[in-house]
Amino acid sequence: MAKYLKQDDLGSWLKELGKTYKVIAPVEEGDAVIFRPLTDERTLRIDRQATQGPKGVLFPACEELVSFKYGKDPEKPEKVTVDIQETVDAEPTLIFGSRPCDARGFDVFDNAFTKCSVKDSYYMARREQAVVVSLACTKTETTCFCNWVGGAPDGKGGSDVLLTPITGGYLVESVTDKGAALLDSPLLSEATGEHTAEAEKLLAAARESLREAPDFKCVPEQLYNLFDNMDFWEKQAAKCLSCGACTYLCPTCHCFNITDEQQGNQGSRIRSWDNCMSRLFTEEASGHNPRPTKAHRLKNRVGHKFCYFPDMHEGHIACVGCGRCIKSCPVALDIREVVTAAKECRLPEEETADD
Amino acid sequence: MTKIKNPYLPEMATVKEIIQETHNIKTFRVVLNNEQRMKDFKFEPGQVGQLSIFGVGESTFVINSTPTRMDYLQFSVMAAGEVTQRLHALQEGDEIGVRAPLGNWFPYEKMKGKDVVIVGGGIGMAPLRTLLLYMIDNRDDYGKITVIYGARTPQDLSYSYEFEEWAAAKDMNLVLTVDNEAPGWDHKVGLIPNILLEESPSPENTVAVTCGPPIMIKFTLQALKKLGFEDENIYTTLEKRMKCGVGLCGRCNIGSSYVCVDGPVYSFAELQKLPNEL
Ligand SMILES: Cc1cc2nc3c(=O)[nH]c(=O)nc-3n(C[C@H](O)[C@H](O)[C@H](O)COP(=O)(O)OP(=O)(O)OC[C@H]3O[C@@H](n4cnc5c(N)ncnc54)[C@H](O)[C@@H]3O)c2cc1C
Ligand code: SF4
Ligand code: SF4
Ligand code: FES
Repeated sequence: MAKYLKQDDLGSWLKELGKTYKVIAPVEEGDAVIFRPLTDERTLRIDRQATQGPKGVLFPACEELVSFKYGKDPEKPEKVTVDIQETVDAEPTLIFGSRPCDARGFDVFDNAFTKCSVKDSYYMARREQAVVVSLACTKTETTCFCNWVGGAPDGKGGSDVLLTPITGGYLVESVTDKGAALLDSPLLSEATGEHTAEAEKLLAAARESLREAPDFKCVPEQLYNLFDNMDFWEKQAAKCLSCGACTYLCPTCHCFNITDEQQGNQGSRIRSWDNCMSRLFTEEASGHNPRPTKAHRLKNRVGHKFCYFPDMHEGHIACVGCGRCIKSCPVALDIREVVTAAKECRLPEEETADD
Repeated sequence: MTKIKNPYLPEMATVKEIIQETHNIKTFRVVLNNEQRMKDFKFEPGQVGQLSIFGVGESTFVINSTPTRMDYLQFSVMAAGEVTQRLHALQEGDEIGVRAPLGNWFPYEKMKGKDVVIVGGGIGMAPLRTLLLYMIDNRDDYGKITVIYGARTPQDLSYSYEFEEWAAAKDMNLVLTVDNEAPGWDHKVGLIPNILLEESPSPENTVAVTCGPPIMIKFTLQALKKLGFEDENIYTTLEKRMKCGVGLCGRCNIGSSYVCVDGPVYSFAELQKLPNEL
């Protein structure tokens, strides 16, 4: 089902949806564009890729998992008791204006948090109540490579509704049943053949504008082959500052830490984003660290996205090609170059075999 | 909204007994506060739990009691950092949080009908104790049992009050060793791998299980290989820094294997297939 929404009606449509959902959309914040609850005071910015994707809507950068309170047993005043309470904060939420790559990031999260033996109840509670309305990309950037990793500027994975900007408004397509319900608004009209033809033409041009996708089939095997080749990894990681910006901005990174905070006799057990580029991520109490250098850690980050995650989740690559890690890395480390180098790296045995 | 179990929510438990094992290891016997849950509690030898001190954090420990004796859950804790130090400050009657059981377990079913060699070093004896007591309680299912347990000094051996019970089991060879001669010590003196070679258990129809500091595991493995053990018949339990314990926080992986879910018990054959990141 495809509909048409006039540019002038976008605000009213979001207001209407705001009666059912808390609407989260990319808004201006200084120089950055960040996903925040949409209010009259905030300026919607959907003409460019948001600085950070919307992963924080379903997986907050920081959230309370459990609260606790120390008390005294009235029967035995010398005995300290502990009362614990789980806190799940989930409400019907509409994520508006994510890009197709960002929406595919939620596919990665779904695999990681809901399709495993133990499921993340916090993420699931939010995911169930969320609808994702994405905006197809009619303009791409030099850092974009969604097509290398199974996506496209008009990819539908992870979205419930897909909007394509066309003359005077948007072509609005539902992807899931959840999304179809959103199209039931008097503000939307039936799309015409002209609307769909224009959208298709713009999207074809966008797909065309991306660099041709290299064949990544051999990458997982090659990453395993290179595991012990620390020369390779040291060369790749030479510039890295271990700042972790790449992981915090990545729409697929989902590692976290759990820490306690206490004030007086009560406190919280908090979950917050963590990052595998930091030395402390794997350091053990004995001082032993299985990933002691930044080369070991970059190997894990790239390996996880292109090799371990696909191994565990039917070939799904845990990178959606959004390019944010490339754009925001202070030393311009380019994950495309690392993977391409891995792909093309000849192993020492092969070289000697040829000689 | 579907309500699924919260994997991060600990259960409250009470410390019933504390045993000072060595200068830096204490054993805690704990019982879940919810009587029914304690009655229904099931775990397998080798599984672990997360213990919580609220306000400080959680850490991972092997449940080193055996499911054949369910009066309490036992954890032995070596003081290392923040959480372990706070655990050491507990008094009997204090409450802690427990998330358990987590992870996989020793293949005790597959080991039935076989001889078993247990090689433990220091706190590494904790998981092995579970397996040992389980086998003692199902003695007829297993063949000859050899236990080689070593520590730096006699005072560093945990569970010494139980050695008599272990040694008294049928067809049991309990070998204790310390690094250097010590007054009153009438057992072996020497490093674990050397004592293992000296004992020279046959690899024929035998499974070896080892746990201890990484360096000890490394040389024990070499000794077992020398004795002719196949990688498929050698098991160990791995330690990795953990947080969630349920495969979600992404911290404990070795390649695509998550030690908190796919481990902590691995055979050496399985480890050969994983990237070398111990
Ligand atoms: C599967 C498994 C079983 C274990 N069994 C036992 C046992 O039976 N007895 C015992 O004494 N110790 C055991 N350990 C080690 C124990 O978990 C660490 O010594 C403990 O976490 C240190 O915590 P801390 O807060 O005192 O140290 P800190 O250095 O303050 O640690 C901070 C955090 O780091 C993590 N951490 C640090 N070191 C380790 C480590 N070596 N392994 C895992 N996580 C770590 C913990 O999650 C902790 O929350 C086991 C570890 C694993 C992974
Ligand atoms: S953003 Fe760049 S410098 Fe920072 S950790 Fe990532 S790769 Fe390294
Ligand atoms: S690894 Fe980089 S390009 Fe890939 S999804 Fe993450 S931020 Fe985007
Ligand atoms: S401890 Fe969190 S994934 Fe293993």
